[in-house]
Amino acid sequence: MATAVQTVERENYLNSDYGIKSWLLTTDHKRIALLYLVSITAMFWIGGFFAMLIRLELLTPAGDLVSSDTYNKLFTMHGIIMVFFFLIPSVPATLGNFLIPLMVGAKDLAFPRVNLLSWYIYMVGAITALTAMVMGGVDTGWTFYTPFSTTYSNTHVMGAAIGIFITGFSSILTGLNFIVTIHRMRAPGMTWRRLPLFCWANYAAALIMVLGTPVVAITLLLVALERAFNIGIFNPQLGGDPLLFQHLFWFYSHPAVYIMILPGMGVINEIVTCFSRKRVFGYEFVALASIAIAVLGFLVWAHHMFVAGISVYAALVFSLLSYLVAIPSAVKVFNWTATLYKGSIRYETPMLYAFGFIGLFTVGGLTGVFLASLGVDVHVHDTYFVVAHFHYVMVGGMVMAYMAGLHFWWPKITGRMYPEAWAKLSALLVFVGFNTTFLPLFIVGYMGLPRRYHAYPPEFQVLNVLSTAGASILAVGYVLPMIYFLWSLRYGEPAPPNPWNAVGLEWMTPSPPPTHNFDETPIVTWEAYDYEHQPQEEVTVGH
Amino acid sequence: MKQMQEEHFDPMSHLVPISLYVTIWAALMVFTGITVFAATVELGVFNIVVALLIATIKGTLVVLFFMHLRYSTKLTMVTVVAAIFFLIILFSLSMTDYLTRAWSTSLR
Repeated sequence: MATAVQTVERENYLNSDYGIKSWLLTTDHKRIALLYLVSITAMFWIGGFFAMLIRLELLTPAGDLVSSDTYNKLFTMHGIIMVFFFLIPSVPATLGNFLIPLMVGAKDLAFPRVNLLSWYIYMVGAITALTAMVMGGVDTGWTFYTPFSTTYSNTHVMGAAIGIFITGFSSILTGLNFIVTIHRMRAPGMTWRRLPLFCWANYAAALIMVLGTPVVAITLLLVALERAFNIGIFNPQLGGDPLLFQHLFWFYSHPAVYIMILPGMGVINEIVTCFSRKRVFGYEFVALASIAIAVLGFLVWAHHMFVAGISVYAALVFSLLSYLVAIPSAVKVFNWTATLYKGSIRYETPMLYAFGFIGLFTVGGLTGVFLASLGVDVHVHDTYFVVAHFHYVMVGGMVMAYMAGLHFWWPKITGRMYPEAWAKLSALLVFVGFNTTFLPLFIVGYMGLPRRYHAYPPEFQVLNVLSTAGASILAVGYVLPMIYFLWSLRYGEPAPPNPWNAVGLEWMTPSPPPTHNFDETPIVTWEAYDYEHQPQEEVTVGH
Repeated sequence: MKQMQEEHFDPMSHLVPISLYVTIWAALMVFTGITVFAATVELGVFNIVVALLIATIKGTLVVLFFMHLRYSTKLTMVTVVAAIFFLIILFSLSMTDYLTRAWSTSLR
């Protein structure tokens, strides 16, 4: 039996105030992170539900489960939800929101009210897009290519586009908040060279959010203008140019891939160093690689358009520029590998996910090099090869990193430990399930099976059955964490301030952190990831 | 970098006379008038060039004076210049397609 004294919990951001109002009107970055976590998790399950229907349809060669029109809507809504409402806000809006102020030693983000506003804007956008889906859905593909989207599609293009347009502003506000916070609110001694690489990665992603998102917002507005008022912008019959849409769309949507992956890379830095007890190899190079990816990411967009009828000379330029992105990406992968060298590696759940990330991201990244090559792209464009490639980066890379980060910081966020054995099982299931789902798609794609059809020739069935079977394993791998995370909220072991013996300011405050993050403003006198020199006791000192 | 942190933007330290705001406002109105007038003159492709040029000048005035960029820190200025830089990338790399697309039809 606990005594009265022991049961009095330390004041923290979760118990400082109660009631629905205290959550909906909060300006605490940690609570807003949780609001985002709940929202994007809901979107993940909706998008995942559509994915399961797609995979079920593809179980047999005949189009027997859904009609071709419904199938078009399913992959469109899967794409829209997963890209705009899950992947883009995933790590920045949840872990980034929660951790950036803690990591730089600040009490909150620079603009706490703007932060809350960004969540409300996200919700308005998400509900708008979901309404369009409930009312009948969209069938243009998540890319809204013109002139189909502006002239021919009879589905709810406007609703979905307006939803994405609105959500874009939440992304801009989050990016702005991160940039200002990282520039202005670092604790004394937290120089740029001591900044955790998670912050560098989110800073780079924030730059893309602020610079790129307005372009896609304006582009979708132009689609709406053309659809509603017949103003000729993209429709050749009205004097427009359909490729202009693709230029504008991909100017944002290709860098958006890096909005998704960069924060994930940031997570991996924290975990690889912690579970190999070493300073990250080549800190400066990894930090600058984030910025390089953000900048180079803006120079490659037309590789999505190689077979769309763009100038072959422009295609040559974009192909060359696309290869360049491989350099900073490779710097990161090599540096994580070099960090592992002679490290004392522990195989806890976050590290298992991080290993998964490094392997799967590498496969996804290298197949991207194939696609950047003009000749190969003509052969595999719009086949399942492309589907497999970007799922390796987005799901194998980004979702793995997100899961890694959730497990790593779950004790900090909730003050509870999750059950390690179940978590390891889920990491294994996700890895096996993911590869079983998407590896066969590389093969069917290379053999020429085009994407976005609900029926296919029977000779592709074996690999498609394999893929659908893999998807069900993957689904179990995602359901498990959902269950044990919820379970841990009530029954999990109380977490110590620093369960992983990690360095970093977020581990020097109690779990869960107090509302104001730190009792005293920390003064930083050490480098990031100083695992080799910092005595463990000094690291684990709590309050 | 340290110097950059010490720079602190205080809006009250840059009190701008009302007359300046009025002058800028008047200039914006004059440019609006020119835009309307220019739209009625047939200049061929230069109609759009003139319209964009005037819009750029007006935008610059708003950013410099109404949005206080002129009195802001260098970091803020770098941020704005970065946005313009990326806009130039959008235009120039798109133009690599538009300007050379006709060349490739001769290859087909």
